[in-house]
Amino acid sequence: MYSQGLIGAKTETNEDEAFLAAFQARIDAEEKIEPNDPMPEGYRRTLIRQIGQHAHSEIVGMLPEGNWITRAPSLRRKAALLAKVQDEGGHGLYLYSAAETLGVSREQMTEELLAGKAKYSSIFNYPTLTWADIGAIGWLVDGAAIMNQIPLCRCSYGPYARAMIRVCKEESFHQRQGYEIMMTLAQGTPGQKEMAQDALNRWWWPSLMMFGPHDSDSQHGDQSMRWKIKRFTNDELRQKFVDATVPQGEYLGLTFPDPELKWNDERGAYDFGAIDWDEFWRVVKGGGPMNRERLAARRKAWDDGAWVREAALAHAEKRRARREATKLAAE
Amino acid sequence: MGAAATIDRDTLLTLLLRLADDHLVLGHRLSEWCGHAPMLEEDLAMPNMALDLIGQARALYTYAADVEGKGRTEDDLAYLRLEREYLNCLLVERPNGDFAQTMLRQLYFAAFMEPFWKAAASSTDATVAGIAAKAVKEVAYHIRHAGEWVVRLGDGTEESRRRMEDAIEELAPYLDEIFEDDPVTVQASAAGIAPQPSSLRPAFDRIIGPIFAEAGLTFITPPYSQRGGRKGMHGEAMGFLLADLQHIQRTYPGATW
Repeated sequence: MYSQGLIGAKTETNEDEAFLAAFQARIDAEEKIEPNDPMPEGYRRTLIRQIGQHAHSEIVGMLPEGNWITRAPSLRRKAALLAKVQDEGGHGLYLYSAAETLGVSREQMTEELLAGKAKYSSIFNYPTLTWADIGAIGWLVDGAAIMNQIPLCRCSYGPYARAMIRVCKEESFHQRQGYEIMMTLAQGTPGQKEMAQDALNRWWWPSLMMFGPHDSDSQHGDQSMRWKIKRFTNDELRQKFVDATVPQGEYLGLTFPDPELKWNDERGAYDFGAIDWDEFWRVVKGGGPMNRERLAARRKAWDDGAWVREAALAHAEKRRARREATKLAAE
Repeated sequence: MGAAATIDRDTLLTLLLRLADDHLVLGHRLSEWCGHAPMLEEDLAMPNMALDLIGQARALYTYAADVEGKGRTEDDLAYLRLEREYLNCLLVERPNGDFAQTMLRQLYFAAFMEPFWKAAASSTDATVAGIAAKAVKEVAYHIRHAGEWVVRLGDGTEESRRRMEDAIEELAPYLDEIFEDDPVTVQASAAGIAPQPSSLRPAFDRIIGPIFAEAGLTFITPPYSQRGGRKGMHGEAMGFLLADLQHIQRTYPGATW
């Protein structure tokens, strides 16, 4: 599901100028950088950080939606939600593999997540309180993720770009599914419509925050743009998202929780109110309503599963030893 | 399965609801793991099996609603009955326990359903035969997946072996019930619609035997068996499962989702 404007990566790099110029020339020629190609350390570090955050977001993102699988209101919705959450796990696996091509292991990345050192999209630190939240997440959160990820299909790093092509196809499907849930609620009973409106009220601003800080406050945007890891700035993507999403919400007959939201003819875009960046940073730094519970759930799954993983390794080792013993005996 | 004899509507409906409830309830239990599995690969595999089970349940409820002929839908049957009206066996409603217990429960149920669906694939009832033809492929994968885990855990470490043995003991009282024949299964079998559960025991043993042997595990026969699911008598955990499952449908009666 998600990615958020990259937080906290150090893009500085200390290769010599000839090396950097040659690398930049490849980037400018739109060549894809592949795992064994020479690359600046800052480029590698930025990508590990970004792909890792992206993978962690998929994994942590399974929790808020997983929260409603057993309570999904119809068998059709239950099957669709199960499949969606499973897709997210698949994206996580795919992205961890893409990050591994840069020389970091899934175990290392997992440990960093569980230690609270690695970030994931802060949107998942909000709770899913009603069934409408499942619709709102599909429509808004996956919608924002698609805005972020479509340009990533042209990212200069080959494995990430290729992963994004498949991920985006599935995300578009999720986004349509989410919108369809919202549509059903908006056209349903007054109680259902109220549920849909309440979900939009709670998820709208956090969705806008998914694009990350304003360009003027974003420290690493310029280098990422030069390296063509990013193709658009945070604010450009956020504006595209608002412009695409507002008419969809109006079609549903719902209102956005922003009195300043209005079409600006001159700009050919929607104006919208100020984002509460204090809230954004508070949630990023661990103070969101669900930060503690999300990490605790991931840690519990990891710790409770330790004996299973150990058993699988021990069995594989025993099997190997037995096979070799049989081979020796036969010789 | 013989043929010739016919089945009355209520009996067929009961047969279908038992099957549908088995699949829904086990799918529900498996889906409780989603996002909490011991490794990412299992976070993909368990929802995958849950999806198969929910899919099978949907086909069965849809057909059951059709057989009943009262205009109810798959969701009415899945969501809006009372606990005593659910006819699933006790095995599938057992709480997940640890990963060993979940995988053993999955293996047991799959090892029962595979010969069931194989026989039902030539059912005199074309709808049942159609559902069986699709399900038999899916359940073969469940046997493989859960069976591989039973072997890994039985053979793995001291702890995993102890947990596997605990799981065998924990689930042992709930096995006999799935092989129980009664007037419903007798009539279904006589009409060539579905096999007698008792007739599937040898096939079940042929699946479980080699897996336990490879895992170094011993099958145990418990002194007492627990029964009652087929008559709507469930364990204490079932009410909570239904409270979860039915939550929205009960809170907003008559709404469309």
